[in-house]
Amino acid sequence: MEEKRYERVGESLFHTALDNGLHIFVAPKPGFQKNYAFFATNYGGMDMRFLLDGQWLDTPAGVAHFLEHKTFDTEDGNALQDLAANGASPNAFTSTSMTGYYFEGTDKFEENLRILLSFVSVPYYTQESVDKEQGIIGQEIRMGDDEPDTQVFYGMLEGLYAHSPIQVNIAGTVESIAQITADTLNLCHRAFYDPGNMVLCVAGDVDPERVSAIAREVLPAKGHPAVERDYGEREEPRAHKRNWEKSMAVSTPIFQLGFKDTPPAKGEEWLRWELTGNLASEALLGTSSPLYARLYSEGLVNESFSYGCEAYPGAAFLCAGGESRDPEAVRAAVLAEAERIGREGIEEALFQRLKKAAYGYMVRSLNSFENICVSQAMAYFSGFEYFTFPQCFETITKADVEACICRAAREERSTLAVIRPKEEI
Amino acid sequence: MSEVSRSQLMPGVFLTSVHTKKFKSSMLSMTLLTPLREETAAVNGLIPYLLRRGSAEHPDMQSLAAALDELYGGSIEPAVRKRGETQCVGFVGSFLDDAYTLDSSRVLDRAAGLMGELLLRPYTRNGVFCSDYTRQEKANLADRIRAEINDKRQYAVSRLVEEMCGKEPYGVGRIGREEDVEPITPQSAWEQYRTLLAHSRLEIYYCGFTDEQEVCRILERALEGLPREGGYALSETLVIPKAKEVRQVTESLDVAQGKLTMGFRTGGIAMGDPRYPALILCNALFGGTTTAKLFLHVREKLSLCYYASSSLDRYKGVMLVSSGVEFADKQRAEDEILAQLEACRRGEFEPWEIDGARSYTVSSLLTIPDSQSRQEDWWLAQAVAEQTQSPRDLARGVEAATVEEAVEAAKGLSLDTVYFLKGTEG
Repeated sequence: MEEKRYERVGESLFHTALDNGLHIFVAPKPGFQKNYAFFATNYGGMDMRFLLDGQWLDTPAGVAHFLEHKTFDTEDGNALQDLAANGASPNAFTSTSMTGYYFEGTDKFEENLRILLSFVSVPYYTQESVDKEQGIIGQEIRMGDDEPDTQVFYGMLEGLYAHSPIQVNIAGTVESIAQITADTLNLCHRAFYDPGNMVLCVAGDVDPERVSAIAREVLPAKGHPAVERDYGEREEPRAHKRNWEKSMAVSTPIFQLGFKDTPPAKGEEWLRWELTGNLASEALLGTSSPLYARLYSEGLVNESFSYGCEAYPGAAFLCAGGESRDPEAVRAAVLAEAERIGREGIEEALFQRLKKAAYGYMVRSLNSFENICVSQAMAYFSGFEYFTFPQCFETITKADVEACICRAAREERSTLAVIRPKEEI
Repeated sequence: MSEVSRSQLMPGVFLTSVHTKKFKSSMLSMTLLTPLREETAAVNGLIPYLLRRGSAEHPDMQSLAAALDELYGGSIEPAVRKRGETQCVGFVGSFLDDAYTLDSSRVLDRAAGLMGELLLRPYTRNGVFCSDYTRQEKANLADRIRAEINDKRQYAVSRLVEEMCGKEPYGVGRIGREEDVEPITPQSAWEQYRTLLAHSRLEIYYCGFTDEQEVCRILERALEGLPREGGYALSETLVIPKAKEVRQVTESLDVAQGKLTMGFRTGGIAMGDPRYPALILCNALFGGTTTAKLFLHVREKLSLCYYASSSLDRYKGVMLVSSGVEFADKQRAEDEILAQLEACRRGEFEPWEIDGARSYTVSSLLTIPDSQSRQEDWWLAQAVAEQTQSPRDLARGVEAATVEEAVEAAKGLSLDTVYFLKGTEG
């Protein structure tokens, strides 16, 4: 494997690409007991329509997540139990554009890595086990129905987008998952669980050469490139709907404010967009901004307030949310502040401070193996290298951040989603 | 690789210092330990948030935010934790380690100074907390207490504990009751703050590049002027060994999914008891892992739920089971959970279940030193219980615990209270 050193952040990364198309990244972490392996496919909740063997296929909402649950099944039993029996903590998640399987362990790393690579790459789905899983996932969906944060986030996405499938609940609905059969799972596995559409990231005190040797042994020798997907019509710059509302058994209104931005292209532009978007959020409404101090002291936001930006194929947005007695007033204040920044610019001293703070925060987050592996996997699928962030970050100017705020933080690009308390509470 | 040392800095002030170079950040926390009591829980829960609003040198949130930005985006967050029947009140901070700064500035010294400043020299008006900050933070605290209902899974667990331990200090919520917030005044909060500061044990945790001696020097400077007026004894958590009879409590709320929670007494076994490692193994076998009986039977075999798990409170001698089920499946799930406990009591374990539970538990203990925040919580727990056991010590205990001992621990569990949160329809 080839080693690259990133002196600025005190990390190094080994990389290789196998003949089957799989890329492998290993971050050595001497002195740690723990090791972490993350095996991910560039396939998530939004990938519902795709081209396989020359045919466009439509699959039900929630299939990527359903597949994640059932992938742990093996001919001999269940890989979750095999890994846990070795003392590892295995788990998996499905996000909008990615599905990842991982374990964290202390010993038997090589054995655990073999189990991970094997159960993810070898499909074993029976109709009986698919039927049984409907009940379990049905309860997971019901749990999400009671989570206001989940509901309000999807509400915001529904407001922002007219077509993009990122607004579809990753878990699907009880009705949509009822359409899933073992055949659906086999089909999606064949389309997306191919080494050519996957990445393996490892962190820990492990030998990088052993990681690639084991991947060569366990995984198929040949792979195919990623299949083409269809994310629907191209989105307008403006938000589809300005408002979204629902009532639930909550104590106070919970909101999510979204601003639709132009999606970045893959490659370094993607990283640049993320870094700029984060700084824009900080400057506009972050905890160090003048606006935040005002909203907090007026009781319009509290410590539950959080913010950030996200990019997916064909969709990108800035968002902020939390609890508020008056979410409309928060939106109005944010828009007014964006206008002020448009007129007066960001104060130079504030900008320098925010940059320093953001840099420190990013470097500190390298303590987490999970963060390193998941971020590198996402970076790989988006066409850049995660550890290059300090260099890219340095080149972002105040004007870049101001431009981002002026472009995205506009009334017509915004959606305010609110969960209102039901009366009895 | 890392060295843990413990020292006394002043009367009733203790430092647990972990010297290691494996992290990019340093972590620093300052925590006052005080008995968890109904009458003081809310005001104690308010104090760190009030202190975090401003100090004499940094009188508002913006100047504090600017100071933290200059420390490379360091964080100092108020922390209110319930550990057994002790309320732990203070700050937890995380800072970029000096080795990674762009201008080789020394972050730790300034960070410790800022945290000390927040703790010791609050922004005041007329010699007490300022009334604006007090009013705003009271409103935030009341919101925070009310917001516990928003997370239904956690809410059901909290309600179970309230019902089960209503007559014990443990039944008091982490940040107290809403009705105790309104009567707080800038004056009363100030008096409680001075009492806390002068009479509570102060536990400090540091983990990072800097060696212990230097950390001691830095902290002695940061804490100069800390009043020390005696009475730093810790309160002990009351352990009730057995439940008298099973109580069933059902409440309804407009929810899509029912939440079933069950509270057990552990036969008097809590942290420090020689049988405690066996109880941990018992919990892992019953409901603590994905190889546990609850996961395999209630979820995987019967498809009744997405989650069903058990957890221990290490101080209190209670085990809690939590699951989310359809309203109509409540009895089936409860019966199955109890049936699985019976299987544990009969010692019906396959060898892989035992290996899995044991190695999972050992592994999760051994990885505690790989995370600064898990480590911080571990050493705080030790301090609250006045023990100094390392994660490795406890891992050895779990390695040595036998299945027979785990079965004995299972036999000692008695069901105290079942709490079910159902929907409003039907």
